[in-house]
Amino acid sequence: MKEEATLVGLAGFFALMSSMAIGGASTSLPDIYRHFVDVNGWISGREFVALVAIAQAAPGPNAIFTTLFGWRVAGVPGGLVSTAAFCGPSSIAMLYVNRLLQRYEGTRWRTIIQRGLGPVAIGIVLSSGYILTRTAAHDWASLGVAAAAAAVAIATKTNYLWILLAAAMLGVAGIV
Amino acid sequence: MSSAPLAAAPAPLPAADPGPPVVTRTALFLGFLQVGLTGFGGVLAAARRILVEDRRWLKGPEFTALLSIGQLLPGPNVINLSVALGDRFHGVVGSLIAIVGLMLAPMAIVLMLGWLYVTYGDVPFVQGIVRGIAPAAAGLMVATALKMAFAELRRPWRIAIALAGFVGVGLLRLPLFQVLPALVVIAIGLSWWTLRRQERQP
Repeated sequence: MKEEATLVGLAGFFALMSSMAIGGASTSLPDIYRHFVDVNGWISGREFVALVAIAQAAPGPNAIFTTLFGWRVAGVPGGLVSTAAFCGPSSIAMLYVNRLLQRYEGTRWRTIIQRGLGPVAIGIVLSSGYILTRTAAHDWASLGVAAAAAAVAIATKTNYLWILLAAAMLGVAGIV
Repeated sequence: MSSAPLAAAPAPLPAADPGPPVVTRTALFLGFLQVGLTGFGGVLAAARRILVEDRRWLKGPEFTALLSIGQLLPGPNVINLSVALGDRFHGVVGSLIAIVGLMLAPMAIVLMLGWLYVTYGDVPFVQGIVRGIAPAAAGLMVATALKMAFAELRRPWRIAIALAGFVGVGLLRLPLFQVLPALVVIAIGLSWWTLRRQERQP
């Protein structure tokens, strides 16, 4: 069921992603991979990972990977539409719920929902990391880089920019 | 990157009761522009430092509270935070100003990097960079998940929910719209049930 990348299609797709992205932008990556790589074949798995890596290496919210994906398949308008669609529905929800919730701060149901949604988000972010690693780490050297990056990020407070810079140097040196 | 000269200082307020700070629309835009430009690999740390510590637009606990509301809802956390904070100072217009301020510069930069990658992707130097950062970026994503897991997955039911999500979305590659609704209902049900049991124990 392949389809062409249109602005309307991208807007609809990313709006849907926006409304399901509980726990942050990264939870959408598995579904974006399905849509862009598996189902429609717009980009290769390898390029998918490269685009996510570029978005990580740039400053700003993680959500800017939507700009790159939209741009790659439908030019700059595609990038703008995808980003707006990805930020729109969730922002409108936030606006209304935040105004409403100010009245219910610290109540029982807020605690219940908060405790319930945490593990769901963790499982999906882990899925994102797993899918990216499966695609990006195809030999022992790249698997080693992925593991080392994860270990440094967990064990120290090193800015992610330095981790990515070190990895880029390993790549340029031909070690990875 | 210190942008102190850009910042419009909050208007002087009586020392006795420092009410909500006065933040002009320009200051709001520039503040979030700085957040967007400073945060690498996720913006939360930069957002907290700039908004709470440097500019004092809100207090630490207020920041955490707004963030947790953002996390209850779908959508990118920092963007949800900017919506709420913008709304607080200038209503819906403020939300728009904050989002545009946050996203504008990163979008331009990422498009430039993407163009470089697509145009010069055949150059060995660029290929080397991407070969290096792709697995590192993947590792950072795993690290984010594990850090969240260490901090929050203390009880068996929570571990089970996270694992179910991982198996469904990560291993079986099922679409979110099939996995998420069921998982959310079960997770909130279990959350309610465990809280009730805790409350009944003396």
